[in-house]
Amino acid sequence: MKSRIRKIVTFFEETRSEMGKPVNPPTRRAAAAAVIENPCAGKYVEDLSELMEMGEELGSLLTERAVAALGIPGPSAESYGKAAAVGENGELEHAAAILHPKLGTPVRKVLGKGAALIPSSKKRGGPGVSLDIPLGHKDAAFVRSHFDGMEIRVNDAPRANEILVAIAVTDSGRPLPRVGGLTKDQIKGEDGLR
Amino acid sequence: MPEVELRKRIIVVEEIFHEGGPAARKPLRRAAALAVIRNPFAGRYVEQIAGFMEDLNPLGLDMAKALVAALGGDPKAVEGYGKGAIVGQAGELEHGALWHVPGGYAMREVLGGAKAIVASTKKVGGPGTRLDVPVTHVNASYVRSHFDAMEVGIADAPRADEILLALVMTTGPRVHARVGGLKASEIKGEDGLR
Repeated sequence: MKSRIRKIVTFFEETRSEMGKPVNPPTRRAAAAAVIENPCAGKYVEDLSELMEMGEELGSLLTERAVAALGIPGPSAESYGKAAAVGENGELEHAAAILHPKLGTPVRKVLGKGAALIPSSKKRGGPGVSLDIPLGHKDAAFVRSHFDGMEIRVNDAPRANEILVAIAVTDSGRPLPRVGGLTKDQIKGEDGLR
Repeated sequence: MPEVELRKRIIVVEEIFHEGGPAARKPLRRAAALAVIRNPFAGRYVEQIAGFMEDLNPLGLDMAKALVAALGGDPKAVEGYGKGAIVGQAGELEHGALWHVPGGYAMREVLGGAKAIVASTKKVGGPGTRLDVPVTHVNASYVRSHFDAMEVGIADAPRADEILLALVMTTGPRVHARVGGLKASEIKGEDGLR
């Protein structure tokens, strides 16, 4: 592997009730996060292709971990999202290099499909900084019941020369969705939007 | 005693390859099982609460089994453990103490006769409160390489009338343990201490 990984953390959440009302079946989401060394930390590096390649390998590794935590086959996933937090000696652009050019293709390969844009967020921060990973339906970004987010954090990462990279996958939308909009049974799945 | 009402479950698994030193031959794994339940005693002083401990036994067993599964399924691979609770602000610290017996019983049951006391901590807090769950060796509390801790928490829990229950298991010593003391290989295993 190109990425020098210090740590991998997986998170699995299952919500069974909201305000005392059962959520049946429970909504489930998972995230996998890798803490990697930032090879570009502490200096200005013009060419970020090394980070882009690391994004590619993390795309498959983290998606596989998240899907395994859900215990579902990849194609049963419903929504996804990605995010990165760069340690203080790095640049926001380093997160962009990992997340945007090459990470998406292997994610979609694991999930079978994924016509929609993978929603993302990024920030710079210290150890324990929280990442709110945005979530959207993987085949139709406008499915309103699946607009969501998942907060994760790793208490000892990112250190100054590290990057925390995370991918979240769900097999469901929000618990008890009831604000209307496009529903998943109405997905046409042609343009990734509706 | 009242029924256990579960709102949410979370499993977090950390896989630690190194912490700046040589990569471990076998990465250290730590896992936490978190459950958010309604606090049946919130908002008032209730004298008789001890009966609720027994009601928590099945949940404890579920959580302990989920942890072993998250660490690969072999109870023998588990070398360290700990437990903790965060009581929402309408509750009492004493409500967190209800977790001592069922949490400890569950892990011993699933691990098949662990001898050491289960390290623990607890506090009252709001949503997002973090808890550093202490971890020690399952058979001998004085094994220095296994003194560890895992930070856990949930962004939206505990609400005022909830309790967040935590169990933690680990698969080995700190990743670069090197400060001496009793070693796991020197355990006599008679008193749970050495």
